[in-house]
Amino acid sequence: MNRLLLLGDEAVAQAAIDAGISGVYAYPGTPSTEITEYIQSSDKAQKENIHHAWSANEKTAMEAAMGMSFCGKRSMVCMKHVGVNVAADPFMNSSISGIVGGLLFVAADDPSMHSSQNEQDSRFYGRFAMIPILEPSSQQEAYDMAYFGFELSEQLGLPVMLRITTRLAHSRSGVVRREERAQNVLHFSEDPRQFVLLPVNARQRYKKLLAAQQEMQALSEASSFNVFTPGRDLSKGIIACGIAYNYLMENFPGGCPYPVLRIGQYPLPKAVIAEMLQTCEQLMVLEEGYPLVEEMIGGLLNQGNKVTGRLSGSLPRDGERNPDIVAAAFGLKTNKSYEKPEVVLPRPPALCQGCGHRDMYDALNAAISEYGDRARVFGDIGCYTLGYLPPFRALHACLDMGASITMAKGAADAGLEYAVAVIGDSTFTHSGMTSLLDAVYEQTAITVIISDNEVAAMTGGQDSPGSGRLEAICAGLGVEPEHIRSLVPLKKTHDEMVKVIKEEINYPGVSVIIPRRACIHTLKRKKTASNEN
Amino acid sequence: MKIDIILAGVGGQGILSIAAVIGEAALSQGLYMKQSEVHGMSQRGGDVQSNLRISDQAIHSDLIPTGKADLVLALEPMEALRYLSYLSAEGWLVSNSVPYVNIPNYPDQERLDAGFSEMKRKVILDVESIAREAGSVRAANMVLLGAASPFLKLDYSELEAAVRHIFGRKGESVVELNLKALSMGKAIAEQVFKS
Ligand SMILES: Cc1ncc(C[n+]2csc(CCOP(=O)(O)OP(=O)(O)O)c2C)c(N)n1
Repeated sequence: MNRLLLLGDEAVAQAAIDAGISGVYAYPGTPSTEITEYIQSSDKAQKENIHHAWSANEKTAMEAAMGMSFCGKRSMVCMKHVGVNVAADPFMNSSISGIVGGLLFVAADDPSMHSSQNEQDSRFYGRFAMIPILEPSSQQEAYDMAYFGFELSEQLGLPVMLRITTRLAHSRSGVVRREERAQNVLHFSEDPRQFVLLPVNARQRYKKLLAAQQEMQALSEASSFNVFTPGRDLSKGIIACGIAYNYLMENFPGGCPYPVLRIGQYPLPKAVIAEMLQTCEQLMVLEEGYPLVEEMIGGLLNQGNKVTGRLSGSLPRDGERNPDIVAAAFGLKTNKSYEKPEVVLPRPPALCQGCGHRDMYDALNAAISEYGDRARVFGDIGCYTLGYLPPFRALHACLDMGASITMAKGAADAGLEYAVAVIGDSTFTHSGMTSLLDAVYEQTAITVIISDNEVAAMTGGQDSPGSGRLEAICAGLGVEPEHIRSLVPLKKTHDEMVKVIKEEINYPGVSVIIPRRACIHTLKRKKTASNEN
Repeated sequence: MKIDIILAGVGGQGILSIAAVIGEAALSQGLYMKQSEVHGMSQRGGDVQSNLRISDQAIHSDLIPTGKADLVLALEPMEALRYLSYLSAEGWLVSNSVPYVNIPNYPDQERLDAGFSEMKRKVILDVESIAREAGSVRAANMVLLGAASPFLKLDYSELEAAVRHIFGRKGESVVELNLKALSMGKAIAEQVFKS
């Protein structure tokens, strides 16, 4: 059989292509980015006009996917876990309106926060919206579930969530494909009220969603993604969700002595769990993420402590699972032959040598040093967040995309004299524009530095939708043209940058400074590409 | 047959090109494999690793358990030491000897050497100067892979075929350079092996 070697992300992408999507909508974010990138580089997507351009943010992505589904076509939306917060409004309402063309909502979680601000568990969102969740344990299952997810979505008339985590997203393995399905033809809902969520319609739709729960439950009970394997030792029963199953089996290469229920499709299958609760002395829940399943089965009080897992303390409460952690939960010993020597030091990521963000921070630090505590710098999400670390130590905050500008505004409202925001070009168009409008509306005295490298560099150099029009956007939002200052961040322009920053932070209104120089990696890639052609 | 490899380096050094060659060779022998990679923040000059698992049977975990790796393959000496606790008692360590210094408090050579002292099964070589001898420093990764080849349990000819396939797009001279680098690395490891 022909096995393709694919990342978990790529397996999802290939499945979506094979299942006949008409478009993918996404904003980059680790560990979800490679899904969309795979479709972008696929020949079929070009030939068959599968939409694959990046969206401005996760909310616009979700809404566009809903528009495509409205027309009867299959669409996929991909994002990292924190992106789900941004998309939450259309996401929560999409289960009320329902869909026409199958819609797969891919949420890629990042337990252990390898590249994120938190490790929130998207399964809570799936439950919140009351839609089915699929959670693969392997690259093959990622493929199979994504392929199946579109069918399930159309069968129920609801979006379906596919939840993956970093390890699966960024690990490669062999994947066997299924038959290619043609795209849907354009067609609309028979119910003209379906997508108009006025209260009068929404109440009806909500009842429909509630009624669909029974069918979803029945599908889960019978799902081939929820697999029960009996075991002879009934002192424990194991419930293993998604890739946690792999860590379990890694520790029992000859087969697990305990009964094991592997969960791949939610809502949780009740019948088999009820039976395990009856027959096993204890249930141990292994899940990647928050203790969602443990809490659901154990309930608030978990009387008799029958259910164990992250909440009970059998496994660490935070961070990613791995084979060692699961071994420890079973009291199995890991044999270390060597210890990591003390001489090994942490090697944190850093801004690249030659990066324009460096020159920007050098100038900013020089410009505001004399103001001491009267100045604060609010950072944002991107490579430039690394300006928090030495040698710059330039940032005092970094919360979520777009927050630099609005936090600076709030701080200025609170009386901070010199409130500076540092944001990247992609983050600015993701969700900084509305923040800037708030500041313009009130003429708040803040200085916004849009450190423009013309791409989303942190996630691998994706196009930035604001490229070439940042000045126009700022002017359009009402920033006075003489307080929009464009610069080229270089060693030799240091003095000029310091002067401009000083002038603008002393202006008692909104000013925007745009140091612009292309990301050195993007430049290098472009050069190599043009050499090869 | 199974072989568990931890590839280590600093973001940007290119450990994934080594993984790609091994992976391709394994796949063409019809073996199962899983290879986890680090994408994202750490690729900006931080420590990065890849867990590469090859077996003739289905593989469960994407991550290698502590003490179970057969090989730690590193493009940087301090990064090699970072994963020592993953190495099994019979495992081998193959590492570049030249530090990549991008942190202010990087340990001095003596302390670094001491870190390697209790390791018996090791091949430590200056991959860049060997690659330069082969024709270009750009082939340093293949020198390291060549040095690991005696411990890989894969046919050397499959590795060569994978190099041909992966670098083929870049022309015959690039293929030849990388094959030469591969064999020079192999020769050094075989010397260590014999002694
Ligand atoms: C809501 C949300 N979506 C996506 C991300 C992932 N993400 C982190 S940084 C980044 C790119 C930022 O690009 P830009 O602001 O231009 O800065 P650069 O990295 O280019 O310096 C993205 C997409 C995130 N952290 N949060």
